[in-house]
Amino acid sequence: MSWLGPEEWAAVALSLKVAFWATLFALPPGIFVAVALARWRFPGREIVNGLVHLPLVLPPVVTGYLLLMTFGTRGWLGGALAEVGVVFAFRWTGAALAAGIMGFPLLVRAIRLSVEAVDPKLEQAAATLGASRAWVFCTVTLPLILPGVIAGGVLAFAKAMGEFGATITFVSNIPGETQTLPLAVHNFMQVPGAEASAWRLVVVALVVAMGGLLLSEWLSRRVAARVAGR
Amino acid sequence: MTLDVALVMKLGGFTLDVAFAAPAGITVLYGRSGAGKSSIINAVAGLAKPDAGRITVEGEVLFDSRAGVNLPAHKRRMGCIFQDARLFPHLTVAQNLRYGRWFSKRGPEEARVVEMLGIGPLLDRRPGALSGGERQRVAIGRALMAGPRMLLADEPLAALDEARKAEILPYFERLGAEMGVPVLYVSHAPAEVARLATTVVALAEGKVVRQGPAADVLGDPQVTPLGPRAAGSVLEARVLAHHKDGLSELEAGGLRLHLPVVSHPVGAVLRVHIEAADVMLASEAPRGISALNVWPARVTEVRMGTGPGAIARLEAGGQVLLARVTRRSAEAMALGPGRDVFAVLKAVSVAPESVA
Repeated sequence: MSWLGPEEWAAVALSLKVAFWATLFALPPGIFVAVALARWRFPGREIVNGLVHLPLVLPPVVTGYLLLMTFGTRGWLGGALAEVGVVFAFRWTGAALAAGIMGFPLLVRAIRLSVEAVDPKLEQAAATLGASRAWVFCTVTLPLILPGVIAGGVLAFAKAMGEFGATITFVSNIPGETQTLPLAVHNFMQVPGAEASAWRLVVVALVVAMGGLLLSEWLSRRVAARVAGR
Repeated sequence: MTLDVALVMKLGGFTLDVAFAAPAGITVLYGRSGAGKSSIINAVAGLAKPDAGRITVEGEVLFDSRAGVNLPAHKRRMGCIFQDARLFPHLTVAQNLRYGRWFSKRGPEEARVVEMLGIGPLLDRRPGALSGGERQRVAIGRALMAGPRMLLADEPLAALDEARKAEILPYFERLGAEMGVPVLYVSHAPAEVARLATTVVALAEGKVVRQGPAADVLGDPQVTPLGPRAAGSVLEARVLAHHKDGLSELEAGGLRLHLPVVSHPVGAVLRVHIEAADVMLASEAPRGISALNVWPARVTEVRMGTGPGAIARLEAGGQVLLARVTRRSAEAMALGPGRDVFAVLKAVSVAPESVA
C-alpha cells in the first residue's frame, strides 16, 4: 500500500487494529446473547433485544456521549476501571469499545438467524448420546452456526472500520491514537489540498465495506448448505 | 434388565396415564398415531418431563416426581433412534458413529457394529448423501456405539417406503439377539409389531389397554379397538420343506401351513403374522376349495364389533387364530364358545413382510 501516505497508512492501520479487537471482544458475548434470544424464554427478553438493537437506531453521537459519561475518566465505571489500569477515554481502546458496541447489533442478528436454523432435535439427539449441555453446544450447535458467526463477525468488523459518530464523541480525533479511517477522511476534507488523501481513504473504506458485505452474504448461504449436511 | 415406567403427562387434548414394564427383548408400544407413544419415549429418554410418575431401569431411578429426581438426558444412557434419524449434518458417517464414544467407552467395537449394519462403504460420506434406509442404519449404529442400557426406537421405519422397511427390520431383530440390548420400540404398524415384539404394550387414548407377550396381546379380540387390521395372530413356525411350485411348508404346533416360499432354510423357526381378516370360517369341512390351509378349529370367544364385523378367537392344533367375519355370518353360523368350525387361510394372502 505504498500509494498511501504515512498519515493515511497510520489511520488505516489503526482502524484495522481497532476493528480487530472490537470484533474479537464482541464475539463471545454476541454468541451468548444470540443463543439466549433465539432459544431461551426469560422475563425481560424483549428488553434485552431492544438494548442490543439500540446502537442501530440511536444517534451515534448519543451512544458516544453515554460511553463518555460511563467510561470517561470521571465516569462511574471509567474511574473504577482506571484504578485497575484499564483506560478507555481518549485511547485507541476506547475507539475499539465504541466500534464494538456499534457493531454488536449486526453481530447478534447474523448469529441469531443461524441459531434459529439449527434443529433443536439434533441437540436432543446429542444429549441422548451422552453429551452435556456444554458439550452439545461445542460439538453440535457451534459447528453448525459457525458460518453465521463468521458472517456476523465480518459485518461487525466492517462496521467497526467505518464507525465515526460514537468514536469522535467518546475518544476525540487524535492522530495515531484515535484517528481511525473515517475520522482521517473527515480531517483531510477540511485541509486544503488534501482531497487526494481523502479520496484514497474513501477507496479503502469502499473496498472494505463492499468486501465485508459480499463475504458475509456468501458465508450466510453456507449456513443453509451446512445444516442440510451437503 | 427391566424398565419400569409409570407416568402421568398432560398432552394437547388428553392426559397420558400409563404404567408398564419392559423386560429384556423387544417391547413394542403399540397404538394409533396420537396415542402418546412418542411422549412416553421422550419421557424415558429425558427429553420431556412427565407431570408425575416414576421411571426406573434395573432399579436405578431416572425420574421420580415424588423424590424430585429427574436425571438429565445425557446421564440416562438411553440410546434413541428417531423417525427422522437426526444424524449430525456437519459430521461424516464415521464421526456420527463415534459421537457417543467421547462420553462413554462402554459401547461395542466399531468394526462389529459397522459389519452388522453393513455401513462400511458409507463411513466417509456426509448424512446429506445417504438414502433414508442408510441414514436409519447409521442412526442405529450411532445409538449402539454410545453403549446404551436400552434402545428407544420411535417409529424408526415410519418415514421409509416398503422396500426400505424390509431392509431395516432384520437389523432390529438382530439387535436383541446379537448385541443383547433391550429395545423399547414404538409402532402403529401391525406387521412390525407381529414381527419384532416379544412384549406388546397396547395403548389407546392415553391408557394401557393390554400388555403382555406378543401372541397373547395381538390374539386378544379386546385389542381390536386399535383398528381392525391390528387383529391377528402370531405363530411360531418351523420350516419343513420348500416345494418346487413356489410354496413352503411349515409347522406350528399341530398346524401345517402352506405359504409362498420363505427365504429361511429348512429347520429354521420363524414368526408368521396371520391377520384376522385373512381367515375365513366354514361350519363343514370345505371340499373342492382352492385355499391350501384348512384346519379344524374350535371357537373360544366371539366379540361383536360396533360395525358390521365380528372377531372370533379360535383354537386350532394348539395355536390361537383370529378370524374376522361379518356379524351376519357369525349369527348365521351360530358362532359361540365351543363351536367346532373349519378355519380357511389362502396361502397367498400372507404377505412376505408378515413372515420373519
